[in-house]
Amino acid sequence: MTIGDTAVLTGRTLRHVTRSADTVITTAVTPIAMMLMFVFVFGGAIDTGPTRYIDYMLPGILLITIASGIAYTSLRLFTDLASGMFERFRSMPIARSGLLWAHVLTSLAANLISLVIVVGVALIIGFRSGADVLGWLAVTGILVLFTLASTWIAVIAGLTAKTVEGGSAFAYPLIFLPFLSSAFVPTASMPGPVRWFADNQPVTSIVDTIRDLFAEQPVGDDIRPALAWCAGILVVAHVLAMVVYRRKIA
Amino acid sequence: MTVDHPAIRVRGLAKSYGTVEVLRGVDFDVARGSILALLGANGSGKTTTVRILATLLKADAGTAVVNGFDVGAQAAEVRESISLTGQFAAVDGVLSGRENLVLIARLRHLDDPGAVADGLLRRFSLTDAAARRVSTYSGGMRRRLDIAMSLVGRPAVIFLDEPTAGLDPEGRIEVWRAVEELVGGGVTVLLTTQYLDEAERLADRVAILREGRIVVNGTLDELRRLLPPATVEYVEKQPTLEEVFLAVVGRRA
Repeated sequence: MTIGDTAVLTGRTLRHVTRSADTVITTAVTPIAMMLMFVFVFGGAIDTGPTRYIDYMLPGILLITIASGIAYTSLRLFTDLASGMFERFRSMPIARSGLLWAHVLTSLAANLISLVIVVGVALIIGFRSGADVLGWLAVTGILVLFTLASTWIAVIAGLTAKTVEGGSAFAYPLIFLPFLSSAFVPTASMPGPVRWFADNQPVTSIVDTIRDLFAEQPVGDDIRPALAWCAGILVVAHVLAMVVYRRKIA
Repeated sequence: MTVDHPAIRVRGLAKSYGTVEVLRGVDFDVARGSILALLGANGSGKTTTVRILATLLKADAGTAVVNGFDVGAQAAEVRESISLTGQFAAVDGVLSGRENLVLIARLRHLDDPGAVADGLLRRFSLTDAAARRVSTYSGGMRRRLDIAMSLVGRPAVIFLDEPTAGLDPEGRIEVWRAVEELVGGGVTVLLTTQYLDEAERLADRVAILREGRIVVNGTLDELRRLLPPATVEYVEKQPTLEEVFLAVVGRRA
């Protein structure tokens, strides 16, 4: 029953995505533009050793894609609250958790589409990976985990926003975070405190893990902090979102 | 539960937001198959009352029973029995009118959502607009669709919270006709409004909410008798602006 209701509600929000294809494209266009700029303008000046620059920076671009995609999730949630649609659903005999899960699953689907587009463009401009099916599955798994974790942050933003702008402003720091990591420049070139922050924030371990998987290298020490960060953010954001949600509907 | 029980029974309902007492002991009944208009100024507690009855808000004190179920202890059963049309037409602008109705029918686990949707579209004169996105609808059409969505699955009790707020005169009349349609079906309606003519036209009984309490509750005739008997005066009947407006735009009430 609950699963059926969630499926119906997810079908509805997915239609919002497919009927405003521009949101999927906008989500993909900014990271693609950044990718082109870094690869063809700045990339030549950045020393990434034997790794080609496009192969080096694609993982960071993928995280930026997700960070800009989830802004639309909080926007859709905010719109549902503001339009009274949420109240209508809440006064009906359907599982209340299904309302949030529909938005979360839709966020996952929309982000996966955007990611496929970005990876497609990367392949056109020269990205290559020898990773086998298992490697790609592992990359997908990490990206799904990161999407779920950041989507629950987006849910908090959508539930607490007072204005449309407020509902998406939270995404800017998330989009900016990869720049203060090993995503575009090896952290060794950064001054002490910046390097310390870059080495210890979630994006670096996630990006390094994905890069190793693409390069068929052993993921080594990075995967544990990467998974721990994703799982930790997921759990904390989910718990907080449920607290905010209960307070909101009490 | 016998049929004689009122569809809605409210006793001593109280609710405060911080130090502001919005409801201070509200009592009223709504008989099965009738329309009660809850009349009051902005901020008098109409919406708070409806939100408590629709299980969206918890009361601080008092009891409310809807269709035989307590709104606090049996919220799930209450939700099976009701539907809510809030102050802002809660329709999905991205979907078409038909898709909105099918969505609600599927969430209510009805057997043939498409047929239910088509039937309601006909009943509310929305068949021609059925395939259009709701964002292109007029205010009156959105409200009609909103009310049609409330009828999916034939709930026993319908809450209409200021159904005509913000509508132009034509839209109001469209909605009034839609509400009058409901009565034939035997549903119970709790209608809140701040328009006196709306209550006069639609309601079987009128309850006036003031400063968190029901100050008057009765049929229209009973309320009229509260005032001194009518005296006969001859006055020239000028058309109201509303009558002029409707005549000029070519619609009749």
